[in-house]
Amino acid sequence: MIHAVRLTKKFGDLTAVDQVSLDVEDGEVFGFLGPNGAGKTTMIRMLASLISKTSGTGEVAGCEIGKESDELRLRSRIGVLPESVGLYEGSSAYENLEYFGRLQRVDPATLRSNIERLLRMMDLWEKRDLPVATFSKGMKQKVAVARTLVHDPILLFLDEPTANLDPEAAKMVRDVILELKKEKRTIFLNTHHLDEAQRVCDRVGILRTRLLTVGSVDALRSGTSGKHTTVRLERATEEIAAAVRARLGNRQVQISGDRLIVEVTDPDRENPEIVAAVIGAGGRIREISQLSPSLEDVYLKLIREGTTAS
Amino acid sequence: MRLSQAWIIARHDMGVFRRKRGILYGLIALPLGVGIGFPLLIGYIVHSGGTGRLESYLPDLVNAFSFWWVIGAAMLPTAIASYGIVGEKIERSLEPLLSTPTTDGEILLGKVLAAFIPTMLAVWAGSTLYQVIVDLETSGPLGYLLFPSWGMAVILFLLAPLACLYGIEFSVIASSRATDARSAQQYGTLVFVPLIFLYVAGEIGFVPLNTTNLLLISVVLGVLVLALFYASERLFRREEILTRWK
Repeated sequence: MIHAVRLTKKFGDLTAVDQVSLDVEDGEVFGFLGPNGAGKTTMIRMLASLISKTSGTGEVAGCEIGKESDELRLRSRIGVLPESVGLYEGSSAYENLEYFGRLQRVDPATLRSNIERLLRMMDLWEKRDLPVATFSKGMKQKVAVARTLVHDPILLFLDEPTANLDPEAAKMVRDVILELKKEKRTIFLNTHHLDEAQRVCDRVGILRTRLLTVGSVDALRSGTSGKHTTVRLERATEEIAAAVRARLGNRQVQISGDRLIVEVTDPDRENPEIVAAVIGAGGRIREISQLSPSLEDVYLKLIREGTTAS
Repeated sequence: MRLSQAWIIARHDMGVFRRKRGILYGLIALPLGVGIGFPLLIGYIVHSGGTGRLESYLPDLVNAFSFWWVIGAAMLPTAIASYGIVGEKIERSLEPLLSTPTTDGEILLGKVLAAFIPTMLAVWAGSTLYQVIVDLETSGPLGYLLFPSWGMAVILFLLAPLACLYGIEFSVIASSRATDARSAQQYGTLVFVPLIFLYVAGEIGFVPLNTTNLLLISVVLGVLVLALFYASERLFRREEILTRWK
């Protein structure tokens, strides 16, 4: 659905996006993580052909990025939700959707049924004729999401869809995204809510001008910071730690209170070895558990290092 | 360029303006004021006896007053055009609009039509009233009808539309640099300066506002409109809007 090769955008001397290459498959929810100013919005705008690229190539929804003759076709196949909802406040929810549906050249009968389906899905059908100005932030965001769907696009770009929303409104919008995920829509989601990315995305990419890493949340968690096994003992001693080290081949083993924290690469294979070494050294095990870094740990580590981990 | 796409935008914007009382009242008040006020003033001059022979000064006076329809056509759309673009900036609705399969030219044309159509309808309605009342007031003493005339035809069907486009394009340029509709309108007031100069020049006889001169002014205004169109088109490009507009 999205294929980008070394996409770069410069504004004068400032490089906003630097040689980003990525692929997003059909039906995938791809999350783009990064701090403010990382180039996430610029990336969406480039992929949606809203702004030109400085260099690189790419194809989105079967259209070539930056090719003038493909621009209108591309924008009729995608839906873009910008960071600001950008609704006409004096117009009703229905009128807002109708206007954008017409601009997307949806035929009137289909447009009517699409608007009804979407407003019902967003639980706003009963309020369809009220001015959007009377809506809460969460409701406005739902109207904006409905607007991006009114022409039934095959690909959605959502730019910070839960930014500036209170937790309840953010949950409302997140539920809508999960609903769209169930419908197997391809979604490109810009966010800096790691929890949101973890819950809704199949894969994530971490951007800070350059793409630092890309992969599934689980792969990033296990791949970037390594894994650790924690063994809680009746009493943790240096002799037990040395026995574990000897068994695993000089692996990092730390003592923390009554715990041994052992660096592992393949827990399924190495955990039984750890247990055997501990028992062999006279240790009495109370509990054994696996420690994996959270997505937040991975994110912060990569953003701080600013290096390519993939 | 698809007219149908521009027309969707124009219709939508006109619907939005209908709800804005300030814009609506402005659109009605000026044509109504000029359409009734000036003929009443002319009637007062005619019936109070005036100075000298009516035939010698009345046609020139009426010509000068008629030029207000050109000034009005430039003045009226500035509020609409400013709101049409700055309003979108304030509501941040330009980005969603730019994300639709609509070209920059179609969006700009839609905005221009949304300001042009109601303005010209208001100007033509007000000027019809103006011509009828002026004829009613002056045909008796003069013995002939001042309207319709070639001069008024040039004003209403050539100069006023050009002045309207001039006002709109000026507002588009001002709007790209303004952050609220009021400041865009304030920049837009600069649009009147050359037109007021022409009006005064006509009043003092420096540039008589006869049919020939009106046609010459139309040519100059036409060139100005083309230049402003080029400038506004360059400013109204999606990359410019998304990355450089305030």
